[in-house]
Amino acid sequence: MGAQTGGGGVSAAAGVALGMVGGAIRISTPFLFVSLGECITEKSGRVNLGLEGTLVMGAMAAYGVSYLTSSPWLGVLAAGGCGVVLGALHGWLCARPRVNDVAVGIALMLFGVGLAFFLGKPLIGPTAPHLPSVSLGWWSASGQVRSALQVNALFVLGLVTTAAVRFVLRKTRWGLVIRTVGESADAARAMGYDIARVRLLATMAGGFLAGVGGSFLSLFYPGSWNEGLSSGQGLMAVALVIFARWDPVRCLLASLLFGGASALGPALQSVGVTSGYYLFNAAPYVLTLAIIVLTSSRDRALLGQPAELRMAR
Amino acid sequence: MLKARAFATSVAGWTEWIGTRVAAWAIFVAVLGGLTPGPRSHRAVAASPPLTIGFIYVGPKSDYGYNQAHAQGAAVIAKLPGVKIREEEMVPETSAVQKTMESMINLDGATVLFPTSFGYFDPHILKEAAKYKNVTFLHCGGLYTEGKHPTNVGSYFGYIDEAQYVAGIVAGMSTKSNKLGFIAAKAIPQVLRNINSYTLGARSVNPKATTTVIFTGDWSMPVKEAEAANSLIDQGIDVLTMHVDSPKVIVETAERRGIMVTGYHANQAALAPKGYLTGAEWNWGKVYTDYVGMIQAGKPYPHLLRGGLKEGFVKVSPYGKMVSAAAKKKADAAKAKFMDGKMVVYKGPLKDNTGKVVIAAGVEQKQTDIALEKMDYLVEGVVGKTH
Repeated sequence: MGAQTGGGGVSAAAGVALGMVGGAIRISTPFLFVSLGECITEKSGRVNLGLEGTLVMGAMAAYGVSYLTSSPWLGVLAAGGCGVVLGALHGWLCARPRVNDVAVGIALMLFGVGLAFFLGKPLIGPTAPHLPSVSLGWWSASGQVRSALQVNALFVLGLVTTAAVRFVLRKTRWGLVIRTVGESADAARAMGYDIARVRLLATMAGGFLAGVGGSFLSLFYPGSWNEGLSSGQGLMAVALVIFARWDPVRCLLASLLFGGASALGPALQSVGVTSGYYLFNAAPYVLTLAIIVLTSSRDRALLGQPAELRMAR
Repeated sequence: MLKARAFATSVAGWTEWIGTRVAAWAIFVAVLGGLTPGPRSHRAVAASPPLTIGFIYVGPKSDYGYNQAHAQGAAVIAKLPGVKIREEEMVPETSAVQKTMESMINLDGATVLFPTSFGYFDPHILKEAAKYKNVTFLHCGGLYTEGKHPTNVGSYFGYIDEAQYVAGIVAGMSTKSNKLGFIAAKAIPQVLRNINSYTLGARSVNPKATTTVIFTGDWSMPVKEAEAANSLIDQGIDVLTMHVDSPKVIVETAERRGIMVTGYHANQAALAPKGYLTGAEWNWGKVYTDYVGMIQAGKPYPHLLRGGLKEGFVKVSPYGKMVSAAAKKKADAAKAKFMDGKMVVYKGPLKDNTGKVVIAAGVEQKQTDIALEKMDYLVEGVVGKTH
């Protein structure tokens, strides 16, 4: 198999590699935003599992606002705004006595998805204006290279956000407060910080980023609103945070890896390598498991995990 | 602290109170549900007009695809005199559909149900049909077996691969790179038949054309479908088609990348005004009108109902502006042969894409041939594998 590809100027292997690079950039963006958001929230010592709901809600809101105002960037802002509201709801509920943040997260995930489906019914039909993309492949004569390097503005924004989140968490006073609250609530309380408020703000910030991630799904790739839009990307991104050990730069790498692996199946089939496509379609999950097993260690397993972050409190 | 604890205890008290009430109501409703169906549906039959018909969809009914095609059919019969329709969308192929069917029968008085998704049949429809003997269950998929399945069940399906054959001719005439792309969900016989008919149609007018297939693994995977479309376009494919539940993402991606596309299930021309050549569409309005006519007249209905272009079960979308006169002529000629009933798509000698002869020379497999329903090969000219 695999001989019938012909034409195009690029060999099959290069085609697959290009497909994976392009796929990594196209698919990774929502993962990146959600995992950066969750990273901020978890650093403050709270888990928000509701980001899947925020992602879907953000996708719906962005599509709706972009359609009504014909400005996709207003849509992105609206998506972030929805994320802030859902994050505030999560933060407020979790600050009540004896409330479990995992349970609230699951409830808000179902709430966000359900509300987005309900409000998004009239948006399945119309077509909304898309976010612009930047061509980084102008130097190449090959159409494949050019299309792989059609980079969306939000991806670039994601790179900037990664650096910003890393800087804020490590080098600024705000970052220090978030980390202190996440490492030891008692110490933070002794220093006079309002723990509930810090966590509320961290969850709202996380929600904003997750909402923006959702806007990428509906306004760029795959680029339309329908009810099957997110196939669990929000949940997978929350898992990626643990995989990335609460480090923004590792969140970026993990998202890129996951995106590239997701593109493997279609890229191989398009050049005619078609055996075992079920296995290639499962590549991202197999890869994630393999890396977790390979990098696991008895004594460093929880390195980087905020001490206040316990699944059952 | 004390206050918080007291609050928590009282909350625990309420939850318990609410819990027991909910349980009591649930039992009450369940008992009621178990007792009432017989007499209620009798009443619905006795007071014959209006006939209440329930439609159940697996996805949203405005998906530009499978569910929209059925919903358009439902909208046609909703206008008939003496017919009232009830619809529910987003019903998964689990015990949830049994609950939906029961509520349509018990609460809305539906006496005819159209649970439209393939996976609703076994065990869900079979179970409900045994329980509600005077309700008619009509399922889309052609799965009925005489003697094995309850007599109040019918199953219908259309030979949509005939429309795919015609669309393949238009694609074969329109391609410049001679490379067509097909994004498919799963390698089951109905899907393979569409891929093969499309390819045979294209190669009947353009022997150099090939079809590259990508299987995504499931019926609705928007990101994977967009990724598949992009990879195929990167490989130089200039006409795309598909067999997934909602072709919207693929059609939009093709339009954005400036290539041509032929649609499936419903008409997607509005999504791709520049590149939509034509498409293979269902025409359920005709099938549902026929069924309702037979039921209202009290006549027996066929338990297994199938048809193609000739019977009006499927249709070809109007040709787009970019379709050449020569392509229209060839496609119309093939359509005319289907309408005459003279067209046989699968006839020997036919080789699969590994070179094996799958239909011997001189053998003709007509549309109704049962062998076609067990199809497990891809014909010569298809780049891809079924497993």
